[in-house]
Amino acid sequence: MDTQQHLSSVHTHEEAHHGHTHASVSHHAGGHHLLQVENLCVGFQMYETLPQQSSPAKGIACKEKQTKRFGFFSRTTTRQTMQWVIDHLSLSVHTGEILAVVGASGSGKTLLADAIMGLYDTNTCVEGVIYYDGVKQDASSLTALRGSEIAFVPQSVKSLDPLMKIGKQIGGDPARRAELFERYSLSTDVEGLYPFELSGGMARRVLLCTALMGNPRLIIADEPTPGLDLELAVQAMKDFRTFADEGKGVLLITHDIELALRVADRVAVFKDGTVVEETAVANFAAPHLLNHPFSRALWHALPEHDFSFEGEL
Amino acid sequence: MASLVARNIVKFIVLMFAVSVVTFVLVGISPIDPVQANVGQSAYASMSEDQRADLARYWGTGTPLFERYINWASAFIQGDMGTSLRFNAPVSEVLVNRSFNTLALMALAWVLSGIFGLAMGIVAGIKQGTLIDRIIKGYCFVLASTPTFWLALIVLMVFAVWLGWFPIGFSAPIGKSAADITIFDLLHHIILPALTLSVVGVANVALHTREKTIDIMESDYIRFAQARGMSRLQAARKHGLRNLALPAISLQFASISEIFGGSVLVEQVFSYPGLGQAAVNAGVGSDVALLVGITLVSAAIVFGGNLIANILYRVIDPRIKRRGDAL
Ligand SMILES: Nc1ncnc2c1ncn2[C@@H]1O[C@H](COP(=O)(O)OP(=O)(O)OP(=O)(O)O)[C@@H](O)[C@H]1O
Ligand SMILES: [Mg+2]
Repeated sequence: MDTQQHLSSVHTHEEAHHGHTHASVSHHAGGHHLLQVENLCVGFQMYETLPQQSSPAKGIACKEKQTKRFGFFSRTTTRQTMQWVIDHLSLSVHTGEILAVVGASGSGKTLLADAIMGLYDTNTCVEGVIYYDGVKQDASSLTALRGSEIAFVPQSVKSLDPLMKIGKQIGGDPARRAELFERYSLSTDVEGLYPFELSGGMARRVLLCTALMGNPRLIIADEPTPGLDLELAVQAMKDFRTFADEGKGVLLITHDIELALRVADRVAVFKDGTVVEETAVANFAAPHLLNHPFSRALWHALPEHDFSFEGEL
Repeated sequence: MASLVARNIVKFIVLMFAVSVVTFVLVGISPIDPVQANVGQSAYASMSEDQRADLARYWGTGTPLFERYINWASAFIQGDMGTSLRFNAPVSEVLVNRSFNTLALMALAWVLSGIFGLAMGIVAGIKQGTLIDRIIKGYCFVLASTPTFWLALIVLMVFAVWLGWFPIGFSAPIGKSAADITIFDLLHHIILPALTLSVVGVANVALHTREKTIDIMESDYIRFAQARGMSRLQAARKHGLRNLALPAISLQFASISEIFGGSVLVEQVFSYPGLGQAAVNAGVGSDVALLVGITLVSAAIVFGGNLIANILYRVIDPRIKRRGDAL
């Protein structure tokens, strides 16, 4: 096994290492991160008939194939190129913390979650290194982790089987289910309903319950709050907090920087397919604590800072 | 529920009316002269004017189409489907004799193509892009673009003529009295046409099932099931098949009408005495009463298939079941 050691004596909390700074709750249990993603690249195979000048693959391409096709009237060259959506992305989730990944819509956040869980289509190319609990992972070992070690809260409320009753679909221990339903103000009748009978917010609460049902050590939540009342959103965030405090980790994916600053311990700022800055929430107190211009632009865009922003978002 | 039954009865009556009108109109504008078509050139040429007039009356060529329709319809409402001039027997009798053969042929072909098509479609869809998918897809494309009658001829040549495993045609051995015909005789005669018919149906069912399976396998709920720890195959079994059931039912019942269409050609090639063959005879000979009878029976069969599909939908789909009448 390719394990990765990380001595806690190497640095203090204030020091930056692996390109990030820590929050007070961030721990290196066992001497490593709970989840560490290094130089992750995710791309899609595309077919182009244009003559290509530059390779966009930046040296880590999947095999680039060139096939010549003879048409009736002209000879065209079809080149299979990679379109990289996530490009050399690194981030780490420590035990005890909530790491928020904040980025614009379409920036590749869902793709990041899919890559960490080893869930991708055949036209997808994934490169980079992922460590879970200090152990280097590949597609098949990630498959074994999901559902048991890693729980997922999907972004889409269509993630429930339309033809299966909620109770059966959540599965697991009925007592635990009842407890979670109670906590998220879902009546017990919901167990006997089909997804089409739920509102969007109810479906989202059901999805949260499925993640909290088992006994995972890492929760990846992809935009878990849209459609929830403030009260229920707060409840969900409290549950994530409790979960993290038990010595586990949460990767909270959101486009909502305010939410991220309120509940997370650290923020990974996601832009153009990569994490430009991974820093403690405390550093969002003043712009000079932030390193990257985009992070500072985010800071300026916050409502309490007059929404003034520099540069493009 | 009562309104549901009433609605379907009304639908059925409207369908029967429309089909009968269209059949009459089509026969009316057909250029075939039924007298010449049924009597034969030389016999017709040697006839006297009186005989010709008699025949014209017998075939109803002098009567306007509208009047013929009214005559036919008023008799039909009283339970009389008329007389087949071609077979010289009551239409109802011809239909009963022929329906058994055709229904047996179609049922066998339908079940075979349904089972094989569904299985092939599911396997190809789940294994999308793999070798087995490409083999199944290739096989289906070849079959789907093969003319039914041509395939029937090839099958006939290979298995009946060269290998001699099966009879060349008909539904029972020629010259054997009806009482002596065994179930094995019937099976022996039905296998080749049924196989030909099902082979054509398989391609369609398999390709459509494959598309549906791919849609389902790419859905958010299959992805989420996998995120919760299931393998692709487990997710397909637990959530995929359940969701495939509804489109599969539509597909299977929609294929009835296609198999019916195919049976006309297959019966022709295998000289199989069923409705399809009778329909060709009736059409070519302008035997309106028989043709209308056959089209009504086929429309009723297709209508029945759709009705069963709708009822199954209501039983299976909670979205319809819980919202009440939606047929
Ligand atoms: N299978 C695919 N083939 C090609 N491009 C894809 C595929 N899946 C996603 N993309 C592209 O990758 C980009 C990132 O998509 P992703 O769903 O990860 O965005 P996101 O950050 O989650 O956005 P949102 O906040 O709206 O959910 C998008 O531009 C999308 O078009
Ligand atoms: Mg997303």
